[in-house]
Amino acid sequence: MGQRAGKRNMHQGGVYFDYSLLFIVIFMLCFGLVMLYSASYYESAMEYGDSGYYLKKQLLSTVLGFGVMIVVIRLNYEWFNKPALALLAFIGSVLLILMVLSPLGIERNGARRWINLGMSVQPSEVAKLGLIIFMAFFINRNSRRLKKAKVFFTGLAYTIIIAGLVAVVTSNLSSAIVIAGIGAIMLFVSCPRIIYFVEIAGMGVAAVIVAIIAEPYRLERFNVWLNPQAYPNDGGYQTMQSLYALGSGGLFGKGLGKGIQKLGYIPEAQNDMIFTVICEELGLIGGIAVILLFIFLIWRFMIVANNARDLFGSMLVVGVMAHIALQVVMNIAVVTNAMPNTGVTLPFVSYGGSSTLCLLAEIGLVLSVSKRIRFE
Amino acid sequence: MFNNKSQYRKKIFIIMTIVLVVTFYVTIRLAYLMIFCSEEYSAAAQDLHEREREIKAPRGEILDRNGEVIATNKTVCTISVVHSQITDAEQVINVLSTELGMDTGVVRKSVEKVSVREKVKSNVDKEIGDKIRNYNLDGVKVDEDFKRYYPYDSMASKVLGFTGADNQGIIGLEVQYEQYLKGTNGKILTMTDAKGIELDGMAENRKESVPGNNLYTSLDVNIQKYAEQAASKVLEAKQANYVSIIVMNPQNGEIFAMVNVPEFNLNTPFELNYTPDSEVSGEEFQKLLNKMWRNQCINDTYEPGSTFKIVTATAGLEEGVVTKESTFSCPGFRIVEDRRIRCHKVGGHGSENFVQGIMNSCNPVFMDVGLRIGPERFFYYMNKLGLMSKTGVDLPGEAGTIIHKLENVGTVELATMSFGQSFQITPLQLLTAASAVVNGGNLVTPHFGVAVEDNSGNLLETFEYPVTAGVVSSETSENMKFMLEKVVSEGGGKNAIIEEYAIGGKTATSQKLPRSAHKYISSFIGFAPADDPQIIAICIIDEPEGIYYGGTIAAPVIRELYENILPYLQIKKD
Repeated sequence: MGQRAGKRNMHQGGVYFDYSLLFIVIFMLCFGLVMLYSASYYESAMEYGDSGYYLKKQLLSTVLGFGVMIVVIRLNYEWFNKPALALLAFIGSVLLILMVLSPLGIERNGARRWINLGMSVQPSEVAKLGLIIFMAFFINRNSRRLKKAKVFFTGLAYTIIIAGLVAVVTSNLSSAIVIAGIGAIMLFVSCPRIIYFVEIAGMGVAAVIVAIIAEPYRLERFNVWLNPQAYPNDGGYQTMQSLYALGSGGLFGKGLGKGIQKLGYIPEAQNDMIFTVICEELGLIGGIAVILLFIFLIWRFMIVANNARDLFGSMLVVGVMAHIALQVVMNIAVVTNAMPNTGVTLPFVSYGGSSTLCLLAEIGLVLSVSKRIRFE
Repeated sequence: MFNNKSQYRKKIFIIMTIVLVVTFYVTIRLAYLMIFCSEEYSAAAQDLHEREREIKAPRGEILDRNGEVIATNKTVCTISVVHSQITDAEQVINVLSTELGMDTGVVRKSVEKVSVREKVKSNVDKEIGDKIRNYNLDGVKVDEDFKRYYPYDSMASKVLGFTGADNQGIIGLEVQYEQYLKGTNGKILTMTDAKGIELDGMAENRKESVPGNNLYTSLDVNIQKYAEQAASKVLEAKQANYVSIIVMNPQNGEIFAMVNVPEFNLNTPFELNYTPDSEVSGEEFQKLLNKMWRNQCINDTYEPGSTFKIVTATAGLEEGVVTKESTFSCPGFRIVEDRRIRCHKVGGHGSENFVQGIMNSCNPVFMDVGLRIGPERFFYYMNKLGLMSKTGVDLPGEAGTIIHKLENVGTVELATMSFGQSFQITPLQLLTAASAVVNGGNLVTPHFGVAVEDNSGNLLETFEYPVTAGVVSSETSENMKFMLEKVVSEGGGKNAIIEEYAIGGKTATSQKLPRSAHKYISSFIGFAPADDPQIIAICIIDEPEGIYYGGTIAAPVIRELYENILPYLQIKKD
């Protein structure tokens, strides 16, 4: 149970840097770009007359994100452990989300989820990063008092404010779930009183019941999930297309670039559904390889979190770990129809500038934490 | 400063474990879907990806008796544009509007419409299509297709028929021989994207089409053309409704020509062959089209009038109630029951024998003969000569006989029926009956279809048609030929006399119903040579203006026709 960091990762004088994590991330990014091109070239050529349209945009945000990551590594994560910065992370996230309602808001495919800041930014992605920083600060500052209900539920309230805003203002339920999950996992790790989580679970169930009673159409989503063939017009179509892609992939896949389902059958295959393209083209072998890579990545997060020098650093890494784990699990669960359809992207692989940039900043934080690990 | 480290580690480990368990579950599910459901889902996906595209089979040709092609296929092109592939819209608009002779605005609309594939024009000549293809414009597609093409335009239009949008026969021989002509369409299975756009470089499954078989008919283009000429001439001269001519081989029922002028252009069958008096639309227009497409020789019935006296005479001779030498007297009318039925010669023909009676086309003579035969026997002979049933001609929509029920036939009815009134038959029925009378007593089935061969010229099938032998005794047949020759050489059919040929025939002038309208149908049946008929023809002129006597206006039409076709058919001279 790799609680120890390997010796090969040590600089002279006991300075540690998690190279394996960095290399996985770099590998995932490159692999992601290849799959993104494969998933998007046909549709983008039809739509924009340029098969590299999405690839170029993604390449740009990857390069930018890599720069941000290096800056964050150099900055030293302890620099973020300031009340002003934590406040900025929280207030900034709230303001960005609210800006969606301003004239700067951009609507795409009937959903208003982006804002125009010279480039289009998805506030919910930034809010994930913001919440991780804010909650790490909050937990670190209140670590001894987290047992108290008042403190614990204050922390939970901050999480719910952000998640609620994302859910209501940008009507992006899946991102809200991820954000709530990040906050909840961070609190779970830091708070010794398990009873609160039983209460949270109870409240969660109650919230679902209320939501369904308030608007019964939500129940429909469950029907669609259980029987996608019967609801071709209510999201069942996408699920069926996803299953077709998996089924036609088989064990070894059709070969890179040779998938058919991405040719418009799966709408915007480069987004939430990119894992189906991977499975159709690279087969079960390719799909499992990707899952193993993510597991290894999450494993490295665990090691860094366990060995962090301080609680703030550890909590930052737990937040990032929660973020990536939740998205990977939810994404693959949706693709395999193990849960109802929600639009969660696959980290480092799915198309999305804000997401890539923020994820790389988070990786920067984790690597920064790993750098400060000292061995006595 | 970092207390309770082991407690945090424990919790982080719990999270990691949950992640592993959940990932394991989805991985198992993934493996299940990708291995055990693979067959089902990949089949469904394949089904979704493949589009079937038909390869039209070329329809078989229709040929005349000499192998002259009278219905064939023409390669035409459909020009369409694929919006997403167009690089130079202005040039596309320019080229298409110039080459297709279309308005730039109309072309622009198609070019600028955001659609998968927009049809600009179909049925474009192959030369123009090739020319457009040679421009190599991005996004312009030229697809080849077959279109039914009739090289003689309107010739035998109501016989041949035409085809519809799916290349299926709509009327005439095109319908009757559909199963032989249509061929089997092939298909291409191609992979497409979700919008149905075919993918390049993907293997396609192809099943080639099988061309339709060729139909050899008994029609003769030359005879048909002569007949159409003669018919058109009298149509014009007499301002008639229509003129029909059937030319047949009385020995076997092969039809050489069937004319119903005005004909219509088979290459534009959905346009009227005249300009209607007023604007017509929709249903009304369709009615006019249906009327235009009618083949009067078989789809319509009429009162045959005096040409039917051939049948009455035959029945009388067969029944033995009359001989050539029997004498009659005609005062210009006969009183039948309480009715005074007039002869066409007001003053009467006086005393005459049976041969003279038929030469004079004297109504009282035939009333006498008819009444001597009696209704049962009269119906018996009509039935024997095929007049109570359809001829069985290989064209759709043949009309049936309209006649009194036998039990309702009284003396008056029988008297009028004797000279061809108060019942209706088709011209082809009468011609077939007359053929049996003059060919020695064989009731043949009139027909067009002779044989079918496949696309490579191998004979597949020769059609056989039923013949009923002995419906008329040879003696009666000889007598009838003799008398009908007299009708032409010395009687009412004098206008059909052709030098060096012995023609037999009978004229008719029938008054259409209602009688008060004074509308007539003039007709003539003629055959040659009179002693051994090789050819028989009927000409019917519907509602001629001015002189309407069959002997005056219909007989010359057949004469003109025969003058041309008897030498052509190398019929022996007298």
